[in-house]
Amino acid sequence: MEIIICILAGILFAIGVYNILQKQFLRIIVGTTLISHGAHLFILTMGELKRGLPPILTEGITQYTDPLPQALILTSIVISFGITSLILVLAYRTAKENGTDNMEQLRGNEND
Amino acid sequence: MTNLAVIPIILPLAAGVILAFLHNRTKAREWVAHLFAVLLVLFNIYLNWYVVTNGTIVLETGEWKAPYGIVIVADSLSAILVGITSIITLVLVYTSRTQITDKMKQNYFYSFVFFLITGVSGAFLTGDLFNLFVFFEVLLMASYALIVVGADKVQLRESIKYMLINMFSSVIFVTLVAFLYAVVGTVNMAQIAVRVQEVRQTGVLTTIAVLLFFVFATKAALFPLYYWMPKSYSVPSPIVSALFGALLTKVGIYSILRVFSVIFIYDTDIVHQAFIWIAGLSMLFGVIGALSTNNVKLIIAYNIIPSIGFILMGIGLFTHDSLNGSVYYLVHDMMIKTALFLLVGAICYVAGTSDLKKMNGLIHTYPLLGWMLFIAAFVLAGIPPFSGFIGKIMLLQGAFEKGEIAIAIIALLTSLLILYSIMRIFIHAFWGTKDETVIKKPIKGYLPSIAILLTGSIILGLGAELLLPTIDAISTDLLNPEHYIDSVIKE
Repeated sequence: MEIIICILAGILFAIGVYNILQKQFLRIIVGTTLISHGAHLFILTMGELKRGLPPILTEGITQYTDPLPQALILTSIVISFGITSLILVLAYRTAKENGTDNMEQLRGNEND
Repeated sequence: MTNLAVIPIILPLAAGVILAFLHNRTKAREWVAHLFAVLLVLFNIYLNWYVVTNGTIVLETGEWKAPYGIVIVADSLSAILVGITSIITLVLVYTSRTQITDKMKQNYFYSFVFFLITGVSGAFLTGDLFNLFVFFEVLLMASYALIVVGADKVQLRESIKYMLINMFSSVIFVTLVAFLYAVVGTVNMAQIAVRVQEVRQTGVLTTIAVLLFFVFATKAALFPLYYWMPKSYSVPSPIVSALFGALLTKVGIYSILRVFSVIFIYDTDIVHQAFIWIAGLSMLFGVIGALSTNNVKLIIAYNIIPSIGFILMGIGLFTHDSLNGSVYYLVHDMMIKTALFLLVGAICYVAGTSDLKKMNGLIHTYPLLGWMLFIAAFVLAGIPPFSGFIGKIMLLQGAFEKGEIAIAIIALLTSLLILYSIMRIFIHAFWGTKDETVIKKPIKGYLPSIAILLTGSIILGLGAELLLPTIDAISTDLLNPEHYIDSVIKE
């Protein structure tokens, strides 16, 4: 199971990187989103994927699920959600003010 | 008294929240911002005193014992950095009273400044790698907002690049935390250090170490990864540039210092050699960048890169003297970079342009500003008796001790070029004939703040003897990570 999720995360990373290397804002943002999904899958996988076990270790229990990755993934999802919504607004404003959403045309030079 | 450690995080957070409600109340918002900034400085002075006299404070949040819960660790390095951060906050809040437009303040300027400080203080104080990521996000979120406040064309264009590169490195950071958790089964830095010691540093851990360095180097703007930095730091208002230049890159280099002195301390020959080379290249390329442009804001922004290089050089050499130098330089650089960004802000304001070629003869109208820039150039380049000199002499001592002559020569050459790059501003902007038609603009808002920061630098230089015992203790702790580990995990 873990290996499948790892491959899935790898595919998400690959697609994300491909999209980041594009020139359109929206594609780049989709790329970062996909990469962060890949990262979240990694976090979930690192504590082993198990079901139906108590998330706590007390006396008499030898088998347990690790609750920490779930706490981490929740924090991480919330953060990436917030940042993605912020960058969507920012990209919209940038495209509107500059009249283009092509990265190639948004190179800075010293005269402005 | 362990709750003391969390106050530098809680206080700016509270300030940010309260100020968000007061954004339309002109008087109240100034009062509250100043009040909280002063309170923060006072608390941090007390925190520093407490840490120096009573040793490291470890706060286990929610009474969860050390390796399981989140720990906030205020050792002397964190305490001193948080202290300087709060002083810079106070100075910048005071400056923004007159220099930030009412419109920006209505757009929650003060709230974001305090949220940024929350993130910076949190990153300095946390003892947990995942928590470090969270505080990085807090400060980045605030910085995304601050860099775009005002929202003109150039600002939007540069801020989207800034945001994208930081988003990407943050995702890599969180992936690495996941990897590290999979290998050692903990995110508490002290316990990671213990576990890494147990398994010795195997291949996968070295990979994680290198990638973590990549993440922090992106945030700190080190040699191959600094391209995003100068332009995005030069577009926002001078106060915001000062805040970014003084604090954000320093958080990155602090994380490198912490991680590579506590966790990844085995088989360090190659890593340290790489650090030294990256430091040397950062110095050279940074200063070449500073010499290549006529935009005064860019000159100062490029000057951040060599100073980060100096600090990394100390970490790469990893002797007692060089770490002394790094820590001292970190403190010194936070002060002087703030002063320089404010100076340049004032110069651009009075000249009405940021192009060096269009400025002339400002010394006749603004003599005080000119001489302050002159002193600032000396401080930055490291002319005795100013603070830059003390930091550099300790770094060079470390370099000669280790027999790394090449890096010492590069560092000296860079210092000279840094002096030249700032002197260029002085020569072009301040020398020349007086233009009778110029109307004198008021710069009273800037001058006291710059004067305070420069005085701070001079005191730091002349009073180095007084500060040295503390810095010595910090370097001893950095060289002996078991001090840090023992204070967090009490058996």
